Amino acid sequence: MSTYPEHARPLWQRLLVTRESAVIFLLVVVVLYSILNVPFFDGPLTLTYLLLDVAPILLIALPMTMVIVTGEIDLSVASVVGLSSVLLGVLTQAGMPFVGAAVVALAAGAVCGAFNGFLVAYVGLPSLAVTIGTLALFRGLAVGLLGTTAVTEFPETWTDLAKATIGSTGIPVVVIPFLVLAVGFAVLLQYSSFGRGIYDIGLNDEAARFTGVNVQRSKFTVFVLTGLVSAFAGIFFTLRFGSARGDNATGLELQVIAAVLLGGVSIFGGRGKLPGVVAGVLLIGVISSALRLQGVTVNVINIIIGLLLVASVMSTSVLEAVSRLRSRSNRRAAGPSRAPAAGAGTHGRHTS
Amino acid sequence: MAATASDAPAGTPTLELRDVAKSFGPVVALSSASLSVDAGSIHALVGENGAGKSTLIKIVAGVHRRDSGDFLLDGIHVDFGSTSDSKAAGIAVIYQEPTLFPDLSVTENIFMGRQPLTRGRRVDRAAMHTEATALFSRLGVALDPRRPAQGLSIADQQIIEIAKAISLDARLLIMDEPTAALSGVEVDRLFAVARSLRDEGRALVFISHRFDEVFALCDTVTVMRDGEYVATKPVAETDEDEIVALMVGREVGDLFPKTPATVGEVVLEVEGLDAVGQFHDVSFQVREGEIVGLAGLVGAGRSEIARAVFGVDGYERGTVTMHGRPVPPSNPRAAIAAGMAFIPEDRRKQGLVTDASVARNVAGVIRGGLSRLGILTEGAENRAASPWAQRLAVKTGALDMNAATMSGGNQQKVVIAKWLATNPKLLIIDEPTRGIDVGTKSEVHRLLSELAGQGLAILMISSELPEVLGMADRVLVVCEGRLTADIARDDATPESVMRAATTSLEAQR
Repeated sequence: MSTYPEHARPLWQRLLVTRESAVIFLLVVVVLYSILNVPFFDGPLTLTYLLLDVAPILLIALPMTMVIVTGEIDLSVASVVGLSSVLLGVLTQAGMPFVGAAVVALAAGAVCGAFNGFLVAYVGLPSLAVTIGTLALFRGLAVGLLGTTAVTEFPETWTDLAKATIGSTGIPVVVIPFLVLAVGFAVLLQYSSFGRGIYDIGLNDEAARFTGVNVQRSKFTVFVLTGLVSAFAGIFFTLRFGSARGDNATGLELQVIAAVLLGGVSIFGGRGKLPGVVAGVLLIGVISSALRLQGVTVNVINIIIGLLLVASVMSTSVLEAVSRLRSRSNRRAAGPSRAPAAGAGTHGRHTS
Repeated sequence: MAATASDAPAGTPTLELRDVAKSFGPVVALSSASLSVDAGSIHALVGENGAGKSTLIKIVAGVHRRDSGDFLLDGIHVDFGSTSDSKAAGIAVIYQEPTLFPDLSVTENIFMGRQPLTRGRRVDRAAMHTEATALFSRLGVALDPRRPAQGLSIADQQIIEIAKAISLDARLLIMDEPTAALSGVEVDRLFAVARSLRDEGRALVFISHRFDEVFALCDTVTVMRDGEYVATKPVAETDEDEIVALMVGREVGDLFPKTPATVGEVVLEVEGLDAVGQFHDVSFQVREGEIVGLAGLVGAGRSEIARAVFGVDGYERGTVTMHGRPVPPSNPRAAIAAGMAFIPEDRRKQGLVTDASVARNVAGVIRGGLSRLGILTEGAENRAASPWAQRLAVKTGALDMNAATMSGGNQQKVVIAKWLATNPKLLIIDEPTRGIDVGTKSEVHRLLSELAGQGLAILMISSELPEVLGMADRVLVVCEGRLTADIARDDATPESVMRAATTSLEAQR
């Protein structure tokens, strides 16, 4: 009896030949190119704005990655940002202390996420349909609460903190708690029993259930986390621009999902890692800020990022198709796994 | 028209199959199957699970192509490349659970894909309706041709399939266990329809596990076993005992090395378990060191009972206890915590996460306990998985290889390793050796025997009678959702098990 090697391929292959490393590599190339060729790109102000711009996307991408890995999707995140922003504004305006208002906004985000999660995990509705509905619902609540006006009176300590940088590095102070959060999510997804269950659900939810994974509770949990973090992003968004509006962050959900997919997460669930997602978010941020510095219009930037996303999704699905074909032919070589001679009446009766 | 139209000399059978063989990779489904069906008769095809009946039917229906042997229709050699070939030749297969288009009307379902057209190239609804009405009155059934197919009973859906077959002028109708989901009245109606079709000169093949139906309806019976033709008898000249003997006539060799084990305390106790439409009033015990075989025909409810005990499905009434402590329903995690392990029937869909690595699969149930301060590393999974993979001699290049690429036997070893790693008190194993090679098969049997010897309680579901008889200390037989027999190892014979599996309690009374 021999012992098994832990890995089929050497370390460098496992590290380099992955989708995550492809995105990270692309990110490094784009950053180096921009530093060398784009005027002002290496200035501290660029870094500040770049990081502040991508911060909400990065935040929401963390739990969104989990949602997509389970094979679901949450389109309502930007509306939760808007709703939490409005709640923060309305409550502060009504004289509530800022911290109290922020806690209420976070709680509201968690409730929004729980609403999505309940309908998807326990009622069993498709998340695409549910969150298209709540996208409109939460946004409608936000606009209904505040109308077309804006609340702009926030304590300066907090609005300044949202924009402060660490010394002269140009790195915003808020990056620190965000990094802590990112590490926390990475550990939860990549290095915990819960995270393994998330992947199992995405790959084969029935087998996950047969293995004792609590599929419903896991899905519910990731939706609640998404709502909570979206509300957190909403608070940051409000402070950074010093303005609470019902239409804050409209359309942000698509940027988040684009970044997650660009980072190598499969839209079919079960595949993808957080480092790749972080690189995907930064890649989008770097490309758009470099292009903006060169005077390219927002419209053209959108076209370029859109093409990049399509190309990356295409490349991953082409890769997947190739590896699936390969494993299928291996399987065929190894013989069919189910005896076709199972007698009469193999039509399943588990349907009831 | 086609029912009588044949230029072949009188007495030529409508369907004749001679020495047909079919293999799927290394698995031999049919080695030499023969069947000869005359026009104007109803022919029963019987055999154990896995005897090859379905494969044979699928060859006739054009789903599979035979590897060798003769296939004649009205004395003419034929070779079907697809199901449309067989339909064009006048063959119709009615499955146990027909697949209709639920949103279309009954009439539209009958004429699907071949709607009559008016001169203006429009669908001629009036003509369709008239013909459908005529079909139903001919069959003597009261069905509204305009209602949608949605919500029709299985019996009515079968009637629609039969009406479709007649409108296509099928001369050979094959019914694959049509009565399995029907009530008594519906069975009578189906039989009346079948008899009238026979009297029109059509040939019918009737697959059933219920001998009373075979004797009530059929003229001739052909028995199959292990992919081979065994015998054909006129129904009038045979009886149940003879057919059972023909079906199981096989020696139970010592392929299954069950060693006697000391049977200890009760581990699992199931009492009065009841799930509507699946099983009824199921009670049994499994003790330490005991292998209890759950035998019965496919569809009898064996897997459903196992799934309910483990909690992946619910049940309405009854209790499940482990070591005297109740296990809550519909909660696999609680079942695992109580010491249950469940190796399901469908490895790819339920047993394994095939796209995950061997190590992740093996550590899949125990990984919660492998975390240190909430952090679970691949290294910890590998260290936990490796000894189990070794113990079962899983053939894999490395622990991080995907389980998808492995053979069925190795995948089954991974599933077994995963559950043994939980140190279970009760192992429920559904079809332990389905679709795996002979070598691995006997390894699995030796392992189960060894585990029982160490005091593990095992509940084994198997459709292979020799496996049940060779491995089980006690055989529980399920028929139509009820336990019909509890047979000790020494009294378990192919005949006694098969008889209990085909006789419902009502029939015994």
